[in-house]
Amino acid sequence: MLSACQLRKTTLAVDGHMEVSVNGNGQAPVVEVRDLVKRYRKAKGNAVDGVSFAVRRGEVFGLLGPNGAGKTTTVGILTTRVRRTGGTAGVSGVDVGTDPVRARSLVAVVPQRNNLDRSLSIRQNLLFHAAYHGVPAAERARRADALLEEFGLDERANDKPDMFSGGQAQRVMVARALMHAPEVLFLDEPTTGLDPAARLFVWDRVRDLKARGVTIVLTTHDMDEAAQLADRVGIMDHGKLLALGTPAALTRGLPGRTTLEVAVALDGIPGNGLLGELGRLGGVERVEQVASPGGLRARLYLTGEAPQLVAPVAAVVAGHRARLTDVTIGIPSLEDVFIALTGRTLR
Amino acid sequence: MTTTTSRSPSPAATGAPRAAASPARAFLAVLWRDLYVTGRELPVFLAQVVLQPLFLLFVFGKVLTDLGFAQGGYTRILFPGILALTAFVTGLQSTAFPLVIDFSFTKEIEDRLLAPLPVGMVAVEKVIFASLRALLAALVMLPIGVWILGSIPWRASGLPLFVAILVFGCLVGSCLGMIMGTAVPPNRINVMFALVLTPLLFTGASQYPWASLDHLPWFQVVTACNPLTYVSEGMRAAMVPDVPHIAPWISVLVLTVTIVVSMAVGIRLFLRRAID
Repeated sequence: MLSACQLRKTTLAVDGHMEVSVNGNGQAPVVEVRDLVKRYRKAKGNAVDGVSFAVRRGEVFGLLGPNGAGKTTTVGILTTRVRRTGGTAGVSGVDVGTDPVRARSLVAVVPQRNNLDRSLSIRQNLLFHAAYHGVPAAERARRADALLEEFGLDERANDKPDMFSGGQAQRVMVARALMHAPEVLFLDEPTTGLDPAARLFVWDRVRDLKARGVTIVLTTHDMDEAAQLADRVGIMDHGKLLALGTPAALTRGLPGRTTLEVAVALDGIPGNGLLGELGRLGGVERVEQVASPGGLRARLYLTGEAPQLVAPVAAVVAGHRARLTDVTIGIPSLEDVFIALTGRTLR
Repeated sequence: MTTTTSRSPSPAATGAPRAAASPARAFLAVLWRDLYVTGRELPVFLAQVVLQPLFLLFVFGKVLTDLGFAQGGYTRILFPGILALTAFVTGLQSTAFPLVIDFSFTKEIEDRLLAPLPVGMVAVEKVIFASLRALLAALVMLPIGVWILGSIPWRASGLPLFVAILVFGCLVGSCLGMIMGTAVPPNRINVMFALVLTPLLFTGASQYPWASLDHLPWFQVVTACNPLTYVSEGMRAAMVPDVPHIAPWISVLVLTVTIVVSMAVGIRLFLRRAID
């Protein structure tokens, strides 16, 4: 199993690679965070504890971690709502700590909670947001109408946000965020608490935005969401960035996490010898017996690809005159990466 | 940067020119939002702020004097005090209530805190907006006073002092309201309004001239600690100078200092709530 320390090396390698490619394109990263630290008043530990990463233009960057990992605080610092304790954080070369006013015109944030202006209609929410950001009146109206149509809100443009469901409010907040044409869109837990259909709608919108080249930073505690949407994922826990890379690279870096689970009907034969022989097969790191009501169920942790081991496993089982009743291949997920790093599950 | 044309207004996608964001424009837009919302619900707003002084004026100025429990001249003392009270309390409520609700429950203010202007300017906007509401409420009391009392004490030569005290009264109420709205935790807001607002209403020399309290020295000291007293007394100096009152320069000085200090404290508390 890969230790956290080893994975941190992977992080640096991926980071290094990214910086080379960024320099190669002659483009500075849109979001750049170095050694970022945040300690809240009266808090015992750091909410964000030495986090560094960079986000390329047009990239969807995911921060994955459980509640309290420091994801929202990191986004809070980048969107000027949280004052950093140490390190640097910049958007398009603007330091968010020393020039928050300029930084605010470059970023937009869709928060976890509905914070729409309840005194205004949906359309007015969009128009006033753009007015705060100095968008001229005619342009405001054009953008608002285009976004309302695109987000399927045009028929409800004059409704007040009170009457909106969580998913609809989420849509309005994404539309509002786009009104001032930000450089980076921050989505804080964009689908938490949404029903499956609303969640898929948000996912589709994120993919659309990415297709147009909008840079997105999203936080999530949902590994599926991170794997589905993010080009690269930073895994956070207790304020630290534990690993960073593409979802594929992160899961590839987990030898022994691809599994083959086999169920065997023993028909009265003792299973110990069978388990021992399975464990000695080439490509099997170790074998674990899984509780099962009838027969034997074993999980094989592999160093290589699972399909290649199906035939040898079947041969060993047949050699013991037992019957193979089930074979399941387990592909490692980001959740497994998190478990490997922290020894805990995400939730 | 990619330069594909698309439906998105994002410059990252369209190359559309970035909006000319400036703190001054953002400030005006934020102020316009508040004025727009108030303007749309103007009758409700006026009913909300005018009803209390209207009843005070009616019961103390009309009913009690008609029944002979108060002398006819009492309305001359009462009316400037009620004007002061209206300006002060409307200002206070116009900052305190919305800030408590915004920061603790609706979070509506977040979109304005993310506008491209210094966060302290959002606090200043709140004070200016609340003062404009207070000014409107106080001005509406003028015709209401004529209607209920038949006439109101008025002198053209007192106009500059009247305007100055009115503006100061609106500002001092709004600034103190910002302190209340940002310092008090949401679960204590009911208690605070009972324990703070009610004493402020009755220790502000609105219903009696301050000088007449020399028979009740302890109460005179208490009222001297309430900024509303200097608004009431300043109003009397402008409207009914023959009634003994605190010297206008003292009222102006105390109000100026109170506004500066409470504004500074209010902005500090506002920043603490707005930025972690």
